[in-house]
Amino acid sequence: MSSIKKSKKKSRRSFIHQASGAMGIVAVSAAGWPLVDQMNPSKDVEALATIEVDISGLSEGQSKTVLWRGKPLFIKHRSKNEINEAKSVNIEELPHPEKDDERVKNPKYLVLIGVCTHLGCVPASDKGDFKGWFCPCHGSHYDTSGRIRKGPAPKNLEIPPYTFKDDKTILIG
Amino acid sequence: MASSKKNTKGIINWIDYRLPVVSFLKHSAVDYPTPRNLNYWWNFGSLAGFFLLVQIITGVILSMHYTAHVDHAFDSIEHIMRNVNHGWLIRYIHMNGASFFFIVVYIHIFRGLYYGSYKAPRELLWWLGILILLLMMATAFMGYVLPWGQMSFWGATVITNLFSAIPLIGDSITQWLWGGYSVDNPTLSRFYTLHFLLPFLIVGVVVLHIVALHTHGSNNPLGIDRKGPQDSIPFHPFYTIKDLFGLSFALTIFFAVVFFAPDFLGHPDNYIPADPLKTPAHIVPEWYFLPFYAILRAIPDKLGGVIAMFSAIFVLFLLPWLDTSKVRSATFRPIYKILFWIFLIDAIVLGWVGSKPAEGIYIIISRIATLYYFLHFLILLPLLGKFERNRPLPESIGKPVLAE
Repeated sequence: MSSIKKSKKKSRRSFIHQASGAMGIVAVSAAGWPLVDQMNPSKDVEALATIEVDISGLSEGQSKTVLWRGKPLFIKHRSKNEINEAKSVNIEELPHPEKDDERVKNPKYLVLIGVCTHLGCVPASDKGDFKGWFCPCHGSHYDTSGRIRKGPAPKNLEIPPYTFKDDKTILIG
Repeated sequence: MASSKKNTKGIINWIDYRLPVVSFLKHSAVDYPTPRNLNYWWNFGSLAGFFLLVQIITGVILSMHYTAHVDHAFDSIEHIMRNVNHGWLIRYIHMNGASFFFIVVYIHIFRGLYYGSYKAPRELLWWLGILILLLMMATAFMGYVLPWGQMSFWGATVITNLFSAIPLIGDSITQWLWGGYSVDNPTLSRFYTLHFLLPFLIVGVVVLHIVALHTHGSNNPLGIDRKGPQDSIPFHPFYTIKDLFGLSFALTIFFAVVFFAPDFLGHPDNYIPADPLKTPAHIVPEWYFLPFYAILRAIPDKLGGVIAMFSAIFVLFLLPWLDTSKVRSATFRPIYKILFWIFLIDAIVLGWVGSKPAEGIYIIISRIATLYYFLHFLILLPLLGKFERNRPLPESIGKPVLAE
């Protein structure tokens, strides 16, 4: 009788210990979250999200680099050759298969985030084995659609969200 | 005269009775029994402590003149170099002090590898040492970002992007580290804070490192335990003098570099202000990261490279158990001795290919060297302990000396 009472008492006591321990963990995590989250992008950084770019001066073959969210953005007016080359690739051979059509709104203008998907360097344009971009840091080659063809980068150059406001203006972000 | 001396002693005793600082120092730095046969490779622990102190003193001074803002950081460094009294000297000491801290610590680590200083009962002492190395790497990396030159900016970009290789949460982690969508002002200011904070954490871990060291005492070139008081000598004056002589030698080399080749270990590109639109054609980290950088680039896969690079350091934590031999010192391990030198050469080769562009023959060399790095720890050392026949160990440390 007394032993049952004792073990019951013990399990009640340990339940209280565990429950208060669990509450303690919840409380400490709740108090700790602001201390961690303060390092995430602040409101003013988040607010600098959209820009307008004038592309009227961009003739065929030329490209333009603008700064968006602290990163370079490439806008390239592609030539017919470059468009054909980008379209003719057998996409099953690509490390990150994407059709050229999926990557452009108007095939003439390629809009890319100019950040190598390997470790974030800025690739140089019109260089590399595939006449697109070449990243000097660790040797990644991109084609005329900004797709990764050779080297350590895992993905194609990213496409930012954008729309053509009119023929001469792109709204990015 | 005699009575004033007596008075001083009285005051010291009065304090020591209430706060035992004097007897603590006497116990751990004066009378502390040390193996009688330590050679100069045992000098590098105190040298590392010295350079840590130099870095903290010069760093605190530099922080009085530096501005952690993207618009002012580069100019404030030039201000230190040109306008602040002796600023050039203090900055060059701080820049090269970081390199010498790493040189000294790497020699200290290879000393431990040669003489088996990581083996029982010094496993936690070894762990604390690796922890210090990791903290040093983080501190040095963030310090290199502060001048906000081209190498600062792109080094920071590449290293923080390593975390983007983590599946699913990688991008959120990099944004959290940056405080934005790229390396920018929030990144610079938090790196400055952490660069200031971490050295004091290193001091804390160094204290633990010394506590662990003094628990079982120093290892020694023979790698055998001390049998009695005849195997030890007091730390002071024997090793204080030896360490000071070694320090004078190290300082001669150090100041030769500070005065005559202060930028030899740096990169000219870092005297160009940071430009987020243009990556320098050839970016390399500081020399002390090159072996690990070579391992990162040797693997043709992004995540795989990052994992290999971090594993290269974390494998050191397992070393006390991977090395299955009970004999500590390589002096009595004929095969391990050869493997040690091959491993040292392998590490130097990795450092060399890390400084070269990632193309052609350099990629092949870096892959072979990376493979050997892990082969050494994961296969050769565990097997060697089973097959190697060691030379006979001496009976005691004192015997070869005292027998005559």
